Amino acid sequence: MADSLIRARRTKNRMERVFEWIFLICACAAILSVVVITAYMLISGGPAVFKVGIGDFLFGTEWAPTASDPKFGILPMILASLCATFGAILIGVPIGIFTSIFLSKMAPKRAAKFLKSAVELLAGIPSVVYGLIGMIIVVPAVAAIFNLPTGACLFSAIIVLAIMILPTVISISETSIRAVPGYLEEASLGLGATKIQTIFKVVIPAARSGIITSIVLGVGRAIGETMAVIMVAGNVVNLPELFGSVRLMTTGIVMEMSYADEFHKSVLFAIGLVLFVFIMVINISVNTVLKKASKKYE
Amino acid sequence: MSNAEISAGSLTKKRLRLSDNVLKGLIWASTILTLAILAGIVIYVFVQGLPSLSWDFLSTAPSELKGTIGVLPMIINTLYIVVITLLISTPVGIGAAIYLSEYAKKGKLVKLIEFTTEILAGIPSIIYGLFGFVFFCTFMQLQYSIIAGALTLSIMVLPTIIRTTQESLKSVPFSYREGALGMGSTRLHTIRTILLPCALPGILSAVILSIGRIVGESAALIFTAGIGYSMPQNLLGHVSSSGATLTVQLYQYAMRGEKLGVSFGIAAVLIIIVIVINFAARMLSKRLAKKTEGVS
Repeated sequence: MADSLIRARRTKNRMERVFEWIFLICACAAILSVVVITAYMLISGGPAVFKVGIGDFLFGTEWAPTASDPKFGILPMILASLCATFGAILIGVPIGIFTSIFLSKMAPKRAAKFLKSAVELLAGIPSVVYGLIGMIIVVPAVAAIFNLPTGACLFSAIIVLAIMILPTVISISETSIRAVPGYLEEASLGLGATKIQTIFKVVIPAARSGIITSIVLGVGRAIGETMAVIMVAGNVVNLPELFGSVRLMTTGIVMEMSYADEFHKSVLFAIGLVLFVFIMVINISVNTVLKKASKKYE
Repeated sequence: MSNAEISAGSLTKKRLRLSDNVLKGLIWASTILTLAILAGIVIYVFVQGLPSLSWDFLSTAPSELKGTIGVLPMIINTLYIVVITLLISTPVGIGAAIYLSEYAKKGKLVKLIEFTTEILAGIPSIIYGLFGFVFFCTFMQLQYSIIAGALTLSIMVLPTIIRTTQESLKSVPFSYREGALGMGSTRLHTIRTILLPCALPGILSAVILSIGRIVGESAALIFTAGIGYSMPQNLLGHVSSSGATLTVQLYQYAMRGEKLGVSFGIAAVLIIIVIVINFAARMLSKRLAKKTEGVS
């Protein structure tokens, strides 16, 4: 009797141990994935960078992968990506922050609920649908308003990206504005400041790090966006001009992947590697610097 | 007018500042603009897309011979990818969340796991696509196939599942664990019989959010699952054949500039799916909130 109890206890203990290990292995899947992804991006993109030459690759302005004397300069694509992202931030961030202020401080409860599900829906719409809308509405509209032969240009990409980063900016700013403790606001109102003054001089500065996080994540979303941009940007490799056709890093990869030969393909992976480095810098800065700062009031 | 009168007047009168009004105007304008953009997109897609939605559209394959342009194979491919991705990522994600919230002691390993989860969430889908292409399609020799696409997406949705499950485990009151352990239940038994049932609505909403991401994905699939559009020949064999999802097919049609009606039809289907998914996730999180309300 006692013997069998001990034995049962032992198998139970073993089960406990086994499952703890299984859960631990599951938890390490994230680490493993990041390591493998980084390794494979380096392996498949790295050699091409050195073969072309780092300087020629990053700062070359000529992209002619299929010419008899092929040129692989991706500076136009890097600049186009940066310009498109910057433009999207310039337009999308103010709209997003103002909306998040309305959502967290001014809207009645039911309106806030409705607005919140609207923002969630905006976040859920697939990028190809944004691209389709951009192609059918934004591109012709830009062509008509600015009197251009074609509206497929950097400006259209900026408009589409600005809309696509809205949900990111709104929801993260809203959370951080809501996290600001009420006593700060009450003190300000008690001193005779108006509601708007309180919001802009007390609440927003207090929620600053969360709002900056939302902007940086918006940058990450904009710089990595592919399918929506490819449908509106025109896709010609040019140094960026507001109303000129451009090709971004992301779209450059998709455009040529299907017909690229071996070396050309590895250069496309090298573009992916450059993009990956950009994204890693953004992610790591969000996770190390900004997240810590925004924990202040939690 | 005496001084006293002036100050009494200004105290009762609401102070109006020009800059306040300008800012208030901007706040209202931005909110209305956000709503108008969303309404515009949804209405436009429905107006353009709903007319091409019909039984034929949903139940045939694109074929020059028969003259049909339906999307049934894409719906099937999308379902395949959703199911396989969830079969891989849900157990792993839940296991990881259980480890993080029930077993792990605060330390370097937990920090590293949480950090890498955030990193995974921030990687754009095009990078997942490139990685999936070299790792699953080329290195593991899966070619362009639904299984390669699903494996790629499993990594992509992992952060969503881990984080949402972790949140819902956190919302289970600590007294439940103490009660179970106090009655002699083992840790594993507590997890199985107390924690997971309590966290179920949260886990379900993690799954639903992941479905939303998978259905909307395109850049990560175009180089991994490919662009095949034939009807599946047999149930299991289809896993290893190339297959375009709804989004990928929409992209194909739109870039060729043909059959815009079909593109908008697919877009309408996608938006309906997103609306249903958001609604379901909302309902579930409401249930989770109700379940743990009052006990803490």
